[in-house]
Amino acid sequence: MSLLELDGVKVHFPIKKGLLFDRTVGHVYAVDGVSLKVEAGETYGLVGESGCGKTTLGRSVLRLVDITEGSVVLDGTDLAKLPGEEMRRFRRRLQMVFQDPLGSLNPRQNIESILSEGMIAHGIGKDQEERREKIKAILDKVGLPSNALARYPHEFSGGQRQRIGIARALVLEPDVIICDEPVSALDVSVQAQVINLLEELQEELGLTYVVIAHDLAVVRHISDTIGVMYLGSLVEEAPSDALYAEPKHPYTKALMSAVPVPDPEVEDKRERILLTGDLPSPANPPTGCRFHTRCPWAQAERCATERPQLRDVGGGHRVACHYAEDIASGKLTLTKGEVVSATREGVDDNPETDTPAKIPAQAEKISKAEKPAKTEKPAEAEKSAQAEKPVKAEKAEKAEKAEKPVKAEKAEKPAKAEGAEKPAEAEKAAEAAEGEKSVEAGKPAQAEKPAEADDAPAEAEASDAPAEAEASDAPEASEEPGKAV
Amino acid sequence: MAVATKSEKIQRLAELTAVSETSTGASLWREAFRRLKSSKMAIVGAVIIVLFVLIAVVGPFLAPYSPSAQTWRGEVFPNQGKFVGARDGNWFGLDHLGRDLFSRMLVGARQTLLVGIVATLIGLVAGFVIGIVSGAAATLGGDTGRRIDSVIMRFIDMMLALPSLLLAVSIAAVMGQSLTTVMIAVGVVQVPVFARLLRGSMLAQGNADYVLAAQSLGVRKRRIVLSQILPNSLSPVIVQATLSLATAIIEAAALSYLGLGNPDPAIPEWGVMLAQAQRFFSYAPAMAVYPAVGIIITALGFTLLGEAMREALDPKLRG
Repeated sequence: MSLLELDGVKVHFPIKKGLLFDRTVGHVYAVDGVSLKVEAGETYGLVGESGCGKTTLGRSVLRLVDITEGSVVLDGTDLAKLPGEEMRRFRRRLQMVFQDPLGSLNPRQNIESILSEGMIAHGIGKDQEERREKIKAILDKVGLPSNALARYPHEFSGGQRQRIGIARALVLEPDVIICDEPVSALDVSVQAQVINLLEELQEELGLTYVVIAHDLAVVRHISDTIGVMYLGSLVEEAPSDALYAEPKHPYTKALMSAVPVPDPEVEDKRERILLTGDLPSPANPPTGCRFHTRCPWAQAERCATERPQLRDVGGGHRVACHYAEDIASGKLTLTKGEVVSATREGVDDNPETDTPAKIPAQAEKISKAEKPAKTEKPAEAEKSAQAEKPVKAEKAEKAEKAEKPVKAEKAEKPAKAEGAEKPAEAEKAAEAAEGEKSVEAGKPAQAEKPAEADDAPAEAEASDAPAEAEASDAPEASEEPGKAV
Repeated sequence: MAVATKSEKIQRLAELTAVSETSTGASLWREAFRRLKSSKMAIVGAVIIVLFVLIAVVGPFLAPYSPSAQTWRGEVFPNQGKFVGARDGNWFGLDHLGRDLFSRMLVGARQTLLVGIVATLIGLVAGFVIGIVSGAAATLGGDTGRRIDSVIMRFIDMMLALPSLLLAVSIAAVMGQSLTTVMIAVGVVQVPVFARLLRGSMLAQGNADYVLAAQSLGVRKRRIVLSQILPNSLSPVIVQATLSLATAIIEAAALSYLGLGNPDPAIPEWGVMLAQAQRFFSYAPAMAVYPAVGIIITALGFTLLGEAMREALDPKLRG
C-alpha cells in the first residue's frame, strides 16, 4: 500500500458567464483523470509545461481546489470525501511549499507568528514558549539563525524566504510535502542550496515529497519516480533514471530533446524534436490522445479517437501511447514536426563551404571515427543501428567522443552512422540532464570538454580536408542523415 | 571532492545567510510610520490637525466672550447693511446679531470636529462590517459565499447610485433638523465607499499565496480572514478614513448651509455660521470668510495627512 494514492483525479473548473446569475457554459479540464502512487519516503517528480495542470493537481491533493471526481487516498483515508473540519485537521499530515517564497509569506506577520500559525491551528504546543522552542529547532534544521524570529519576510533574501516556507511546512511534522515549483523563483546557486536542503531533510525526517517542476534537471536530481503531464493527464511515468535514459512517449521525447547539454561537442550534435502548434486549450481538449494534434508520430485513425491509458511497458515504465513500442523500434516514421539541430536553428554561424557532394564524405568520416573505437564497441554501434538499443548506442556515442582524434582507417557506409544517430538522440538529452544534475558535477565536465576539443584538430591527420574544417563540419554532416529520415 | 557532513553544510548555509545580530524585525506598519515621519506633507497635515483639535478641545475656555450673547446687538444693523469689522477686542468683528465672531469660531471648532469624526466613524464602522462580511464570503465562502457577496454588493451599488448630497438631504428631511441628523446623513453616504474599498482590498488579498498557504496549514477560515487577509487589506481603508474626515466636514458644512444643521444658536458650528453669513455676503464678506477659511484649512490638513499616508503605506515604495 502506497502512502499516497491518487485514482482518477479530475479537477474541472466551470467557466461561468452571465449578467446577474452565472450559468456554466463549459469547463476547463485542468486535471483530467490522473492516477498515481507515491511510496513512503520517496520523491515523486511531476513535470510538464506551463498550463498542463501540474500545480492544480498538487493543490487538489490538499483539497485547496475542489476535486471533481476521483479519490486521493493518504494512508487509507480518502481525502476527497472528508468533510471540511476533518480535512482541516488532516492537513497537518500534508503540507505544501509554494513557488513564490515572498508571496506565500504574510508580509504583516513576523517569522515566529508565521511559523506558529499552523501549530496554533492544530493545537501543537501548549503555550507560546513551547512553540518558540520548537520553531527554533526547526529554524536550525533549515539553516536559519534563531534571531530571525522577530523579523519579517521582506527582510530576508529569496533563498531564506523559501527556507522559511519549508520550515513552516516542517513544524507540523507532515508525512507528505508537496513542493510546487520550490526553486523556480530562485537563483541557480540558491536553487542548489534549497534542493540539497530538501534532500537532507528527507533523509533525516523520512519525508515523502511530491515535487512539481518544469526544470527537468531539478526533477531528475531529486526524484525517484517521475510523472510527465500533458494537458491534464499523465502521459508517462517511470523511475527517474529509466525515464531519462529512454523516454517512450513522443511528448517526453520532445521535452527531453530540448534540454541543452553542457558539453560543446555533444551539444553541437544534439537534435531537437520540434513540435508543431501550441498547447491546446484545456477548456477544449483534443479528442482521443490529448497529444495527437502535436505528436510527430501521430497515426491517422486511432490517435484521434481512442484515448490511450497508462500501460506498463516493463520495469515500472508506464506510457500513455498506443504506439510506444513501434516508435521505440523505429517502425513508425515522423508524420509531422521536424528534427533539427538544437544549436543551429536559423543561425548560420559557420557558413557552409562544402558542396553537397562532399557531405557524404564528411558523414563517412564520422562513421570512420566511430569504427576504431576500442574492442567490441563498433560492432555494438552497428547492432544498435538495427536494434535501436539506446544503452549500447550510448556506449558508441561515448566511444565516438573519445576516439574522434584518432585517424580513421576504414570507410563505413553513412547509413550506419545515421542509424546510430537516432537512438543516441535520447541519450544525449539524458546526458545533458546528467551533466546538469548538480552544479558541482557540471562544472568539471564543462571544463574538460573544451580541452578535448582543442586537442582534436592537432592530432587529426586528415589528408583530404583541413583539420579545422573537419572539426567544425563534423556535427553538421552527422545531421544530414537525421534530416533525411 | 570532499563531502561535507550534513550539519556542516547547514551550518555553512546559516553563516552565509546570517542576518546581522543587531537588527530587530521591522514590521511594515513600523516602516510605514517611519516613512510618514519623514514626509513634509504628513508633518504639515499633522500640525494643522493638531492645532485644530487643540482649538476644538480648549477653544471654548479661551473664548473671550460668550458665543451666543448678543453683547453688541445695538451696533450692527443688518437691514441697513451696517456691520462691524475687525477691531480691538473683537478681532474677527461681529456677526449680524452683534456676537463676537472670534469667540464663535473658537467654540464652533468643537462641533465641526465632532461632525467630521462621528460621521466618518459611522461610515467606517458600518462600511467595515459590510465590507468584511462581503469580502470574507467572496474569498473563502465558496459558491454560497459568492452569492451572499453578490446580494450585498447589489445593495451597496444602489446606495452608490444615489447622489451623496441628495441622499443626505433625504435622510435629514426624514429625521428632522439637528446636528445628529447631519452626522448620520454624512456618515451613511460614506458607508458604501468603505464597504466597497475593504471588500475590493480583501478580494485582491484573497488570491494571494499566503492565504493559500494558511489554508494548507489548516488554519481556520475565521482566523485566515482576521489574521491574514484583513491586516493586509487595511491600508486603503485607513487612507480613505483620513480623507473622509475632510469631506465629512465639508459635507456637514454643506448640509448646515442648506439649513439642515443644528438650529440652536447657542452652539455655533462653522457650517451653520457660513450659511448665516451668506445673506450678508455683499455687506460683510468677512463674516463668511472666517468660517470658510477655517473649514478649508482643516480639510486641507486631513487631506495632506491622508495623501502622505497613502504614499507611506504604498507597498510599491517598500524599501
